[in-house]
Amino acid sequence: MPRLVSHPDEVKIVTRRFGMGASKIDRYLELDGYASARKALAEGSDWIINEMKASGLRGRGGAGFPTGMKWSFVPKQSAKPKYVLVNGDESEPGTCKDHLIFLHDPHAVIEGTIIAGLAIGAKMGFIYLRGEYRYLIENVERAVAEAYERGFLGRNIFGSETEFQVIVQSGAGAYEVGEESALMESLEGKRGVPRIKPPFPAVVGLYGGPTVINNAETIATVPHVLAMGGAAYAAVGSERNGGTRLFGLSGHIARPGVYELPMGYSLRKMIYEVGGGVRGGRKLKAVVPGGSSTPVLLPEEIDIGMDFDQVGKAGSMLGSGGVVVIDDQTCMVEFALRTIQFYQHESCGWCIPCREGTDWLKKSLTRFHAGFGTEKDIDNIQYLAENMMGRTFCPLGDAAAMPTLGFVKKFRKEFEDHLHGKPCPYAHHPEVELV
Amino acid sequence: MADVTFTVDGKKLTAPAGTLLIEACRKAGIEIPAFCYYPGLSLQAACRMCVVRQEKVPKLQTACTTPVAEGQVFITDSPEIAQARKATLQLLLGNHPLDCPVCDAGGECELQDMTFKYGAGESLYAEAKQHREEQQWSPVVYFDRPRCILCYRCVRMCGEGMDVWALGIQNRGVSAVIAPNGGDHLDCEQCGMCIDVCPVGALTSGTYRYKSRPWEMNHVSTVCTHCGDGCKVTLGVRRADDGMEIVRADNRDKSGINGDFLCAKGRFGFDFVHGKDRLTRPLVRNAAGVLEPTTWEKAIRLVAQKFGETVGTGDGQIGVIGSPRITNEENYLLQKFARTVLRTQHIDHERTADYPTFSRMLAGAEDRAASHREIAAAPAILVLGGNPTEEHPLLAWSLRTNFRLNHARLYLANTQPIRLERQARQTLRISDYDALVRYLGGEDAAMASIAGAAEFRQALLAEESLVVVAGAEYRGASLAALMRWGLCRTGVKFALLSDFANARGAADMGVYPDLLPGYLPLAGEQPLHSEYAGMPTNSGLDLTAMVEAATTGALKALYVVGSDPVTALGVAQGALRNSFVVVEDCFLTATAAEADVVLPAASLYEKTGTVTSCYGDIQMVRKAADVAGVKPDFEIVVRLAGAMGVDVRKLVPFGQSTGVHADMGQSRGAQAGEADRHAVWLTANDLEPRLSPFDPLATLDEVERLVPSYRLDRLNLFAGNEMTTTPGAGFVSLDSLVGRKDGVVATHPGLFRSGELGRKTEMLQKLQAYQEGFHSAAAAD
Amino acid sequence: MSAEAMTLFSTELAARFDALVERYPVRRSALIPMLLYAQDEIGYLSDAVIEEVARRIGITPLDVRNVATYYSMLRFKPAGKFNVQVCTNISCMLRGGYKIFERFQERLGIGHKGVTADGLFSLEEVECIGACCWAPAVQVNYDFHDELTEEQVDAILDEYRSRSQKAGSR
Repeated sequence: MPRLVSHPDEVKIVTRRFGMGASKIDRYLELDGYASARKALAEGSDWIINEMKASGLRGRGGAGFPTGMKWSFVPKQSAKPKYVLVNGDESEPGTCKDHLIFLHDPHAVIEGTIIAGLAIGAKMGFIYLRGEYRYLIENVERAVAEAYERGFLGRNIFGSETEFQVIVQSGAGAYEVGEESALMESLEGKRGVPRIKPPFPAVVGLYGGPTVINNAETIATVPHVLAMGGAAYAAVGSERNGGTRLFGLSGHIARPGVYELPMGYSLRKMIYEVGGGVRGGRKLKAVVPGGSSTPVLLPEEIDIGMDFDQVGKAGSMLGSGGVVVIDDQTCMVEFALRTIQFYQHESCGWCIPCREGTDWLKKSLTRFHAGFGTEKDIDNIQYLAENMMGRTFCPLGDAAAMPTLGFVKKFRKEFEDHLHGKPCPYAHHPEVELV
Repeated sequence: MADVTFTVDGKKLTAPAGTLLIEACRKAGIEIPAFCYYPGLSLQAACRMCVVRQEKVPKLQTACTTPVAEGQVFITDSPEIAQARKATLQLLLGNHPLDCPVCDAGGECELQDMTFKYGAGESLYAEAKQHREEQQWSPVVYFDRPRCILCYRCVRMCGEGMDVWALGIQNRGVSAVIAPNGGDHLDCEQCGMCIDVCPVGALTSGTYRYKSRPWEMNHVSTVCTHCGDGCKVTLGVRRADDGMEIVRADNRDKSGINGDFLCAKGRFGFDFVHGKDRLTRPLVRNAAGVLEPTTWEKAIRLVAQKFGETVGTGDGQIGVIGSPRITNEENYLLQKFARTVLRTQHIDHERTADYPTFSRMLAGAEDRAASHREIAAAPAILVLGGNPTEEHPLLAWSLRTNFRLNHARLYLANTQPIRLERQARQTLRISDYDALVRYLGGEDAAMASIAGAAEFRQALLAEESLVVVAGAEYRGASLAALMRWGLCRTGVKFALLSDFANARGAADMGVYPDLLPGYLPLAGEQPLHSEYAGMPTNSGLDLTAMVEAATTGALKALYVVGSDPVTALGVAQGALRNSFVVVEDCFLTATAAEADVVLPAASLYEKTGTVTSCYGDIQMVRKAADVAGVKPDFEIVVRLAGAMGVDVRKLVPFGQSTGVHADMGQSRGAQAGEADRHAVWLTANDLEPRLSPFDPLATLDEVERLVPSYRLDRLNLFAGNEMTTTPGAGFVSLDSLVGRKDGVVATHPGLFRSGELGRKTEMLQKLQAYQEGFHSAAAAD
Repeated sequence: MSAEAMTLFSTELAARFDALVERYPVRRSALIPMLLYAQDEIGYLSDAVIEEVARRIGITPLDVRNVATYYSMLRFKPAGKFNVQVCTNISCMLRGGYKIFERFQERLGIGHKGVTADGLFSLEEVECIGACCWAPAVQVNYDFHDELTEEQVDAILDEYRSRSQKAGSR
């Protein structure tokens, strides 16, 4: 069972019910569960969207698009059925927040899904979880069954004339399916290859109908936003970044775990106070601030507030909120290699720059880390990454290129230290297989 | 869509709103490179080669997915874009085998061309390349995985274009691979379209691979010799020991009614040309009764002598059988030779559709015959009978494409399930084709028990325009009834399906015992009567009757050109010995084996002339291959006539015989003689006389002069475009056809079957056996 | 025998399949979860399983294969009864994921994608399994094992071995 952590600086909104047995519906109801959905049903679509807009809630998947605005893009009238899609294909390395939500508070996800459905006028919602999360899928399915039993889902939700159905869907192992249109493809029983945009999902989405797709954390936040009011939620966070965020601290951190902190919370404090600093009292070498796709930050770059805008200004991204702390005993070449290995494995193969670029980078970095690199390789790695940036079919290419560029630019010296047959100065994993 | 104006590289361009930028640019002569984009197939945006810069848009955009709109500004050529394209090529070339010197695509490879243009000449790749063994997926499809750049053209062509869906994409990332439906082999139509659209040498052809370099070939654009659809085909020919051999067939120039489409027969069915069974020397039956090789001179002399003797005994002594496989000029010449030199009315050919009734019904009706292009663009099509996917692959392709791209409404009525049902708006399973016509005409009782008939009829009657494509099931009275129904309605056009490359042409050229060219009756006063002075005007024997008469000796001689009645009619061995039998063919057919003289003929790929598709599209065929020893049927007939002492000019209007062309015949009068009349016509049409008696185009001139439905725009025809016959033109007597025996025997060719020609094409035999293997295995399960 | 009557699926799985395909607006939506459930029951996606799934959904086996080969949890060869999946992605790597993976290799005597001779275990190095804050983590089939030490590896293997013996002696 994943360990729950806590810290006094936390503002527990989304995690309010964690560890309280709220995955059972009775307990969830005792903790004010489904009150927001009832209210949403009474107040109607415009009210919901206005509250969401006021909350300043931005998509927790990584792109940070304002949720209220996203919902308002869905046409009111549509010949085809509309859908709500919850993206629980949590796969970005460094990220495990949805894991806890599905485990401790599945009803919040269901309630958020209902509210999103009410907001856009959908009658069906899908909660898509990555296939590896089987025990969580079962947990959510059980919660969905409870909600059906109580009449919170079905033909007449909460005794109203409104219908809303929820289906829990299992993935089968594909990071790329976390991309919204790829997720729709997967849900339609196809290869998880993204779609050409436009049209955007709000107009043509799942089964060709207007679709709202949100990250599981975003959806789980929705009932809380309505409960406390959009403005109150917004007030918790920083400017243009409403509310709290589930930050996952991992890597060489003394107290790893998922912490709910206000948007804009200092990264330095997050590492040194909330997370208890670098494990074993070691020195900080680098931080990956928002999941493996976000460019690495140096120790001198951590005096920033953790919100979409401030991290962006620092040359990286808030991403999925997965903060990976790296100590001074770590080989950044190996770290870069392990990162690109992931993207090489997960590239869908659709477009040339991503498919070929990730593979080439993986091969080069493998060789390089094994001590067979040349000066030219360093430039070439940078050249490849630069030429993948912005040229690929979907953001996965950028996700692979951005961190690679960060590692090469910020740790060029470490790359050079691997040259001329020198063994990796930090080798704790000496045999790297040449593929 | 309304036109919009936008700017590309500083130039103002106009195109209908929504046109894809890549298409709009190509039309304006601005080339945007692309691997995955292929006109008519779904969009991919996968290769990233077509990236352009759009004003006010932060990222480079793919031109293949950008619809143009008013006021947009694009840059398609800048250092930034060139670098993006170069980098994409570098990424592609990283793991690419670079075995260009031995790759089939070398020299005509899109990856090579783009690398040349964008200069990704220096390889940055220092890793090991992944080698994978080449795979053979079928007798004709080979896959070289490392060469594949994953543009998905083949997958889309097979699925969207062919509706076969035999290719897929498996795995992901750099392991992604094109995979065939059989795991390690292909179970499909073997059309080779996947090979055709492959921009590199990943998919190669079983008939072409490692045979030649593209620049070693000459490319001759002609018409496929197999079915009646009239596909243009470009034959790649190369010098061989015994002439010119065909090493490849495709239609990459997208000329003709078929665009880039070819079926298995068109693409892989040419090895008969240099097949081991090919006849290359004339054969004469010797005293011992054995066919032995001889010279052309001896053979021609012998036939001429025998024919001459027979003609001397009176009219109607010789039977002549023409062919749906030879050119219009040859068929025309053959019937003219038969009627005017052999003085016989016994002339016929293997009939696979009732074109006389078709033409009779259309006589005088303007614009009621549908060309292939019209079918391919029609908003609504009714296909009655037939099996286009198997027997008319181009028609099936065009119907699918029309459905897919234009949402054409396709209606099918058939006694059995056929493959196009997936594209059909409505399908009606019927048991009686005549009853359907009566039902369409309002007789409700005719289809009382057929489910869906009412909806079917209702939908059809609601169509403002309709092309009716009838299979050979419709003939005689039933075809007449169908057409009568349609002709009463406005906007209805017709096409009639037949089986061979020139079945329509043979019919149009009057290779009938009772009809002259243009379906003119023998009886009565026709312009042709004065041209064919002294020809017998009573109806002759049809093909079956002729063969029967030859077995009894009632016919003294039988002259069979490009036909095998012995096989078709099941004639017993030796049964023809009472008659002097001359066979002209490419192979020693069963009929040829019974002949007294066998003359080795050139195939359609070895001659020049015209053929007419079953939709009435007239196209040039051009000599591509050359096989030492054979002669075109045209030349053989002319030589025979010459050897019989006939004035060849009367048969083939060549040479400046009268010198009247300058004064429009005023000094001599139009009735002064047929050569004069021809000369007058030539002058009136700004044409020069042909110089050689062996020039089929001289006969084409005569056909155009005498057959009203053959109006030819020479410039277009010779440029390789199709002309369409106008069967409504000219007068056709209705009476002459009442109660006429249609004599149609449909042969039902298949995807790999094409009569004797198919049997002599090794690759088609292989494909037939290969595909039958799956189906018999499935049946055994 | 009709094709419909021949099935590789247990009654429960077949019933689950039949219920699932009807739930979606499009039958095909059941494809990916169904492949996973079929794999759970049968062990891997054999040609026969693929054909049956294709038939039940109403698409071609090629189409099923195109989709199935995309997803990394789906396999086309048998794995061990207990499939050990060791995450070595960044968060796990930083906390000894590779050491854990090596320990499993040592103890099982197999490498990446290997299967023990008795068919009990198979081993895989996998990408992030979403347990980054409890690294290093592994999954045995669908069970998570978090915050592992090398020593715990042996205990985990023993636990599954005894679980198997219990099941066997039953």
